[in-house]
Amino acid sequence: MMPSNDPLIEFKNVNKWYGNFHALKEINLKVQAGERVIICGPSGSGKSTLIRCVNALETFQEGELIVDGQTLGDNLKVIQTVRKEVSMVFQQFNLFPHLTVLENLTLAPEKTLGLSRPQAQATAYEELKRVRISEQALKYPAQLSGGQQQRVAIARSLCMKPKIMLFDEPTSALDPEMIQEVLDVMIDLARAGMTMLCVTHEMGFARSVASRVILMDQGQMIEEAPPEDFFTSPKHPRTQAFLSALHRN
Amino acid sequence: MNTLRPSQESALAENNKSISHVYTWVAARSAPQAKDRVIALLLRLRHYITTQPFEALFSLGLAILVLQLLSLALNWGVIHAVFQVDESACQSARGEGACWGVIGEKFRMILWGRFPYQEQWRSATACCLILAILALSVNPRAWTPRLKPFTLGAWVVTALAFHTLMAGSFLGLRFFQIWPPVDTELWGGLPLTLILSLGSIALATPLGIVLALGRTSDMPIVRSICVIYIELVRGVPLISVLFMASFMFPLLLPSLQTPDVLLRVLLGITLFSAAYTAEVVRGGLQAVDHGQLEAAQSLSLGYWQTQRCVILPQALAHIIPGMVNNFIAIFKDTSLVTIVSLYELTGSLGLALNGDANWRPYKLEGYLFIAAIYFVFCFTLSRISRNLESRLARR
Repeated sequence: MMPSNDPLIEFKNVNKWYGNFHALKEINLKVQAGERVIICGPSGSGKSTLIRCVNALETFQEGELIVDGQTLGDNLKVIQTVRKEVSMVFQQFNLFPHLTVLENLTLAPEKTLGLSRPQAQATAYEELKRVRISEQALKYPAQLSGGQQQRVAIARSLCMKPKIMLFDEPTSALDPEMIQEVLDVMIDLARAGMTMLCVTHEMGFARSVASRVILMDQGQMIEEAPPEDFFTSPKHPRTQAFLSALHRN
Repeated sequence: MNTLRPSQESALAENNKSISHVYTWVAARSAPQAKDRVIALLLRLRHYITTQPFEALFSLGLAILVLQLLSLALNWGVIHAVFQVDESACQSARGEGACWGVIGEKFRMILWGRFPYQEQWRSATACCLILAILALSVNPRAWTPRLKPFTLGAWVVTALAFHTLMAGSFLGLRFFQIWPPVDTELWGGLPLTLILSLGSIALATPLGIVLALGRTSDMPIVRSICVIYIELVRGVPLISVLFMASFMFPLLLPSLQTPDVLLRVLLGITLFSAAYTAEVVRGGLQAVDHGQLEAAQSLSLGYWQTQRCVILPQALAHIIPGMVNNFIAIFKDTSLVTIVSLYELTGSLGLALNGDANWRPYKLEGYLFIAAIYFVFCFTLSRISRNLESRLARR
């Protein structure tokens, strides 16, 4: 049994290279259960790479990454176990277009969690209600708007009852009008105590929901602070430059 | 911060003042129809002739050429042709008209090969069964999720019935002998073409999918084996594969009782076709968005689960055109089995006409006859593929 004050996610000196390009530099990060960590920064800074390491979509060459007590490495069984506890929401939704919304949600619980069809469907309807999209259960993803598709994607992740949820720029591909409906769902999740690791440009959302905000640039963490401190009194010059560029718009 | 010069700013302000409007909603309506299709067509034609005179002249010339060729063909094939099985009439019409009587005289040999004369009704029935199941498969409704199991079941039943009819006993076992047995060496003509092509299609498809998955897998040994197999097989002609299957196999393993020649040839064509199918499948797999794989992985789906439930169904729409292309090619490549003394449709045509000096001059008519048969089957395969594609595209 893992003691409750051990971090849920722990990066220890993690370094990653793409060929010769040093993509992640000396990442040291601890995330406790229930924390909401927002990662922001310019594109190419390694934010997505970092969160994709948590569910083993990316591998790294140096360092140690411990997720939910399991040390991630080459062991496929460990990766499978970790993936059952960590769910991810993608920028491009990545819903399965040849399945209905309901089938999208029940596929993984049936196949990997071993739930029966009625059990999986019950869970699916529960989560659809939670993201307020129950009436679309029998439609195909192509028939839904972007905001609806992203909420279905969030519901699909929730059906696996994860401990940790990763968000990779979930609202970046959405029409401005639909961003709020997705953010509302994420705020509900945060209030319910979900551990969230989120890459986003939505600073308003970060201010209201984050336990910590991290700025990344050129593969390394620049500054990490609670939102009140991060937005009002940034210490690192890079953070100050980043925030002033945001304010200009 | 972008700033404008004072002169630019005032110019912009001037423009802005005059372009301030509020618009009301415009209701959508249907597109304008062509008032009179014929007049529109004639206008287009006139436009074409006036703007591109040389192209129009060229097209006219081509059209006249095509019409001339058509009239020649009609002349030879219908007007001056001989339709009765009359040797002397055919002889006198040589050069001017086709002799379709050769078909009437030789069709049994062409279609059923060396199958015993009395039992050829079995060949005919077997072919009719295949035609029936193909006609059923062309209908897109046969592949809806509700009816798909019945269609597949019908195919299995047809395959068994086909074999029973040709061999004379159920599954070839002496115990279930219904009709006199006919050795597989005597199977020929259309049934043989159908067995070899449809059989190799049925066997090569799963093998090709496995090879494609192996080639794209992360395990180096599996990947190397698949790559070597695919490149090796694609590098040799089918005729050499058949040659090896038929002649080298018994030489290399004399102690082993050599299996049936038909089985060996079927295996050879299957292994050949699988390599090409594998590449088409691999192309289809690569066309599926990488994000689908990532989504499936992040949901903790295993490798085979991901392939079966997420990747392959989406790859299918990309795979079908290429695969059907391969199948149509295989259907016609089966004519190469003459090299191992199996006489399918093309081979049996040669058998029918080469030995008979009276009818040998009319080979062209014979070839046109079997070309028509090949066309019917290949076109049916092509239609089945188009209907499958359109069903997948509608989603």
